[in-house]
Amino acid sequence: MAETLAFWSLAIVLVGSALAVVLSKNLFHSVLWLALALTGTAGVFLLLEAEFLAAVQLLLYAGGIVTIVVFAIVVTERLIGERISQTSRRITAGAVTSIALVALVVNAIMQQPLATTRPPLTADLTRTLGESVLTRFVLPFELLGVLMLAAMLGAVYFARPED
Amino acid sequence: MMGLQAYLTLAAVVFGIGLFGVATRRNTIGILLGIELMLNAVNINLVAFARYSGSEVGMVFTIFAICITVSEAAMGLAIVILLFRIRRTVMADHLDLLKG
Repeated sequence: MAETLAFWSLAIVLVGSALAVVLSKNLFHSVLWLALALTGTAGVFLLLEAEFLAAVQLLLYAGGIVTIVVFAIVVTERLIGERISQTSRRITAGAVTSIALVALVVNAIMQQPLATTRPPLTADLTRTLGESVLTRFVLPFELLGVLMLAAMLGAVYFARPED
Repeated sequence: MMGLQAYLTLAAVVFGIGLFGVATRRNTIGILLGIELMLNAVNINLVAFARYSGSEVGMVFTIFAICITVSEAAMGLAIVILLFRIRRTVMADHLDLLKG
């Protein structure tokens, strides 16, 4: 019962803030709503008993991405004034496409006999996760480090000061 | 107890909202925000499947997906800053550098 209540409140927060992200006229407000949506997702992860992922979500997404997006807005627009306002185009076509896609996916989900109960946790999930990353998935994990280094160098190179 | 279907449906709805943002936003940064929403919805799916199947592999995949998303956001925003420096605009309609 408590889980159902938590799920529905999180779902309302998540869907509401996601709608605000795409509909808000002010780009800066969009980013703040995105922070709320990402925090709501961390709540969903907590409901799924993935505490470590909820922490990663808050640190990397809600902390990191929101900070760099705000930074990009500050660089490319003035924070106050009407230039920050953004408009949308082809709203009807976009809405029809999205609603059609969601209807298709939800229809497919409803037709599948999906699990309704979770298997009980046998061990500490964070511990299992850490062991798995550093044993079975150690090669992708190291490659990920290379990828992030490359992305960081690329970002620094692109955004370097003009000479 | 909420079933797997509820989580998958929630993720599908968030994904659709993100798609709407990508399709309709004029500002490049707004488009990037829509992409973040879509990637975020995929992570909900991965974690839900992992939890309901009793295997941690999906959660490992989520960690990878989050790291790749952060790299993507950093690169995307660096490109936005670069575009703004060249064209003085971040509106997608005015960015037609690749048009012959």
